[in-house]
Order: sequence, then C-alpha cells, then structure tokens
Amino acid sequence: MKKIIETQGLTRTFGAFTAVDAISFDVYEGEIFGFLGANGAGKTTAMKMLSGLLAPSGGSATVVGFDVKTQSEDIKKQIGYMSQRFSLYEDLTVLENIHLFGSIYGLKKAELAQKAEVLLEQLEFTDQRNTLVGDLPLGWKQKLSFSVAMLHEPRLVFLDEPTGGVDPITRRQFWEMIYAAAHKGATVFVTTHYMDEAEYCDRVSIMVDGKIAALDTPHNLKRQFNAPDMNDVFLQLAATSVARAGF
Amino acid sequence: MNTFLAFVIKEFRHVLRDRRSLIVVIGMPIIMLLLYGFALSNEVKNSRIAILDTSRDDVTRTLTERLDASRYFTVVQHIDRPEEADALFRQGKVRAVVVFQPMFQQTLLHTNAASVQILADASDTNTGNTVAFYISNVLRAYQNELLDQQKLPYHINVETQMAYNPQLKSAFNFVPGVMVLILILLCSMLTAVAIVKEKEMGTMELILVSPVRPWMMIVAKALPFLVVGLLNVAVILIMAYTILGLPLRGSLLLLIAECGLFVLLALSLGLFISTRTNSQQVALFISLVGLMLPSLVFSGFMFPLENMPKPLQVVSNIVPTKYFFSILKSVMIKGLGFSYVWKETLIMATMTLVLMLLAIRSFKIRLQ
Repeated sequence: MKKIIETQGLTRTFGAFTAVDAISFDVYEGEIFGFLGANGAGKTTAMKMLSGLLAPSGGSATVVGFDVKTQSEDIKKQIGYMSQRFSLYEDLTVLENIHLFGSIYGLKKAELAQKAEVLLEQLEFTDQRNTLVGDLPLGWKQKLSFSVAMLHEPRLVFLDEPTGGVDPITRRQFWEMIYAAAHKGATVFVTTHYMDEAEYCDRVSIMVDGKIAALDTPHNLKRQFNAPDMNDVFLQLAATSVARAGF
Repeated sequence: MNTFLAFVIKEFRHVLRDRRSLIVVIGMPIIMLLLYGFALSNEVKNSRIAILDTSRDDVTRTLTERLDASRYFTVVQHIDRPEEADALFRQGKVRAVVVFQPMFQQTLLHTNAASVQILADASDTNTGNTVAFYISNVLRAYQNELLDQQKLPYHINVETQMAYNPQLKSAFNFVPGVMVLILILLCSMLTAVAIVKEKEMGTMELILVSPVRPWMMIVAKALPFLVVGLLNVAVILIMAYTILGLPLRGSLLLLIAECGLFVLLALSLGLFISTRTNSQQVALFISLVGLMLPSLVFSGFMFPLENMPKPLQVVSNIVPTKYFFSILKSVMIKGLGFSYVWKETLIMATMTLVLMLLAIRSFKIRLQ
C-alpha cells in the first residue's frame, strides 16, 4: 500500500515543554486513520505540523510526497482541513462561504457553481443557501464545514475533533459523510474523543504524553489489551500516563 | 486572480454587513469635526475688559466706545484705582484692564503723546497675548486717524498683513489638524482590528492551511477600508468648505489624491499593527493610544515644530501626520500646486510602501 503520510521522530517543543515527542508512524492512501489521545496529549499539535500550519522542532515528515519543513505551501494545495473550532465565516451566507473557499483552492467558476449545487443538495441545504452561517445550528455548521473542506477533492483531509458537541444523529450522518469521502479514495485523518467513533476507523493510534503508545486496527488493539471495547483500551493506556504524572 | 477577487468580495461583505460599525465609522468624523471645528479655537471673541480712566474726556470716551463696539471686547466695568484690577483678575472677571493716564486728552494735545497701559491676564499666555494685541490694534487705528488729520512731517506706519488668513481664523489651522487626526486614527484602527479579528475568530486557521498568499489577504483587507476612508475624506472636505468656511484654494483633484495617499498610509500602518498583534484589544490600544499622542504633538498643528528641541525635531520626521498636515495647509489654504508638495508626497508614498511590505512580511503563514 502507498504511504500518504510518513513521519520519522517528529517533535515539537514549546519552550521547555515537549508537546510532541519524536513520533514515527505512517498513514496509507485511502484509509480512515483515527488519531486518539487525552486532552493535551499532543494530537492537535501533531496534526498542525502535518498540515503545514506549524513548523516542527525536530524529526521529519512527508505529507502527500512533500516535506513539511520546506514544502508546506505545496502540501496546503493538496489537503483539506477542518478545525476543532468552527471556522467558516459567520457573517457570510452558506453559498458565499462555499464560493470563497472554492475560489481559494482555485476552482473555476462554472465548476464551482455546479459543485455548490451538488453539495447543497446532498446536505439538504438548498433552502438555506442564503442563510448566514452564524444562524445555523452547530451540527449543520460542522457538516457544512466538512463539505467545504472536501470541495476541492483533496487526497488527504485532516479533521480535528469534527463531532465535538454534536448530537448522536448528526454524528452518525457525519460519519456517513466520512465513509463516502473515503469510498471515493480520500484519506481521512481524524482526531476524536468518542471511542465508538474509534471503532469506525481502519487503524487507530493512541497518543499519551506526546508519544504514540499504541497503533493498530481496533480489532487487534482490543485483543492486545484484552479489552471488550476501545473505551477500555483507551482507559488502560491513559491510566499509565496518570500514574506516571504522580496522581 | 479569481482567488484575489473572491477575497476582495469577502472583505467588502464583512464591512457592509457590520452596519453598526459602519455607522460609527461614517458618523464619528462628522461629530469630531463639528466638535473640534467649533469648540477648539484660540480666537478671542467678546473678551471682558475693564477700563481705568480718571480723566474721562472726549478722547478716552471715544476709545472706550471703540473697544466696546468691536466684536472682540465687551467693557464690563469701570474702575477707579489700580488695585481693583488685581481683584478683577483674581476673580476672573476680566481678561484685561485698559489704563488711561490721568489728564489724557490734555497731555495728548500739549505734548503730542499720551500713554495707555494694557494690563492683561497672562495666566493663559496665548489669550493674554492675543487680547493685548487686539487692544493695541484698536488704539493704533484711532491714532492713525489723528495722524491723518494733523499731517506730521515724518511718520512711520507699520502695517502688518496676515497672508492667507487675514482674519486670523483659527479654523484655518484646526480643521486641517483635526482632519489629519481623524484620518490617521480612524483608518489605522479599521485595519488594525481586521486581521487580528480573524485570528481571534479562528477563521485564520482555515486561511493559513489554504494556499492563499499573504499579499492577497493584506491587499484585500485594505480595499474596502480605502473606500470608507475616501468617503470620510469627502464628508470632511464638504463640511470644512460649507459649514466651517474653509477655503479650497488649490486644485481639488490634487487635494483628493493627497488625501487618498494619506488614507492608504494609515491603512498600511493599521495592517502592520494587525499582523504583529494577537488580540483586538491590543491592536486597538496601539492604534488609538500609540498613535494619538505622536500624531498630535508632531504634526505641527498644536505646537510649532521649529520651537522643539533638536532631538524631538528629528523624531518628528518619522511621524506621517507632519507631512500630511503641511500638504493640507499648502494645498487648501495657500493654494499651492504639486511642485510645492512633491517632497512631502514622496515621503508619504515611501512610508506607505514600506509599511505595506512590512505588513506582508510579518504576516505569518504558520502558527507560532
């Protein structure tokens, strides 16, 4: 299988604090890769380095064939990104946001207009096209945010806690959208706090204190830790961190 | 190009949808100009004066009437002893006391000379000076009338002409000064919050992770505010001309072009601040408090730059308001053409370019 992300000893420090401590892992083209960890474990920092938002302090990584240190601008053209904080423009309408981000990624006018229609149709947003994004419920915003991140059909998409604070029905719909994108060939790199969502991933890594403590398919992880579900696997690993911190 | 256009449209929408801010931004200069244009004035009108006149003859009576009749003075009291003047000053009842020497008319007729003493309250130096100057003008006018009748062989007549502003209207100085202040504070404030706002809202992350070039973001941010700034210039100029009675002696086109350049300069300064800060409050504070004082002190509008110590004069060279204030006065009031202001224009254009490039350079395409 072809690797789309390769990291070797990737490290990021903030002063004396090491947020990401020499992590090495690969992500394969077309998989849904779950990136788990407790709050402050270093997930978001690692993700920001991989998406070219943050310069690494050490180690190396290539994403879609480009070096994150020197070719971050090339990476940016090939990836989609959806942030933990909802970040479309609240004072622009649904359609205006779609047009803006479509144009940023260089979509041509006619292509963009056609894609916008398909997108609105799929989200059942046709009536909401002229609603200000700030007036939409959170779950709708998240779905729109994901669709906008996928607008330019990136080979790889980073989702940072995309379903935080969203109701179970919308979460279910959201994962259907993720599957649909993966089915079309996109690689999905997703962080989450919900362990049931971890079960939907092809492979899962669990970060503890800036290091990758485990990485395998959910099935193998459960067997390795002799756990009934991913929740139990996560708790066992997180407990070692808490014990080490002296609590 | 498509991307840039999309960005420009986005920025215009942000500005147009924020109705409340837009009203403040358009309304504030009007209020400030009216406030400062009328309230800030170092002209002396209807100053209260007292007269100490022991001779009470034809000449002193005529002079007193002339003073009272002029629009600058109102005679509020006649006093009999010099000591009373002190009390009046202390109570703040009068600005000046005019003292005629005893037997004024007689002395004048016999010796061809008589003295008048002007006591002015100089606790407010400027007003004291102006009042004394105006009083002696009224007296001198009368003296000239006498001289004309008598035909003396020699007489030296000093005539002062106040060029460009014969009535010494303070609006001629204050209105350009207020214009300079309003434009630099307002325009730099507008853009100072523009980029930092996106950092706070979290939308910046989405922009940073996209292949957008910094210059697109920066230039697109400046464009709608350039329109707003020019709108302000139009409103201010119309008000200055119609309500505040300022002349527009030079070329209107040149004036508007210079105003446009200054707006652009202020916007670039704001953008530079915005790329360097991380919260709207800090950006606002820097653009408001940080710019207010130097703009006021070093523009030459309140305090003459020639009188400042050398080091401060050197500092004033980097303050953009100094150049714009000088251009405004040259073009509006003196009616001078481009050949007289090209140096200032060149300096402002260079400043704009440098600030713009600095803003683009310090726009971080990565998070810290």
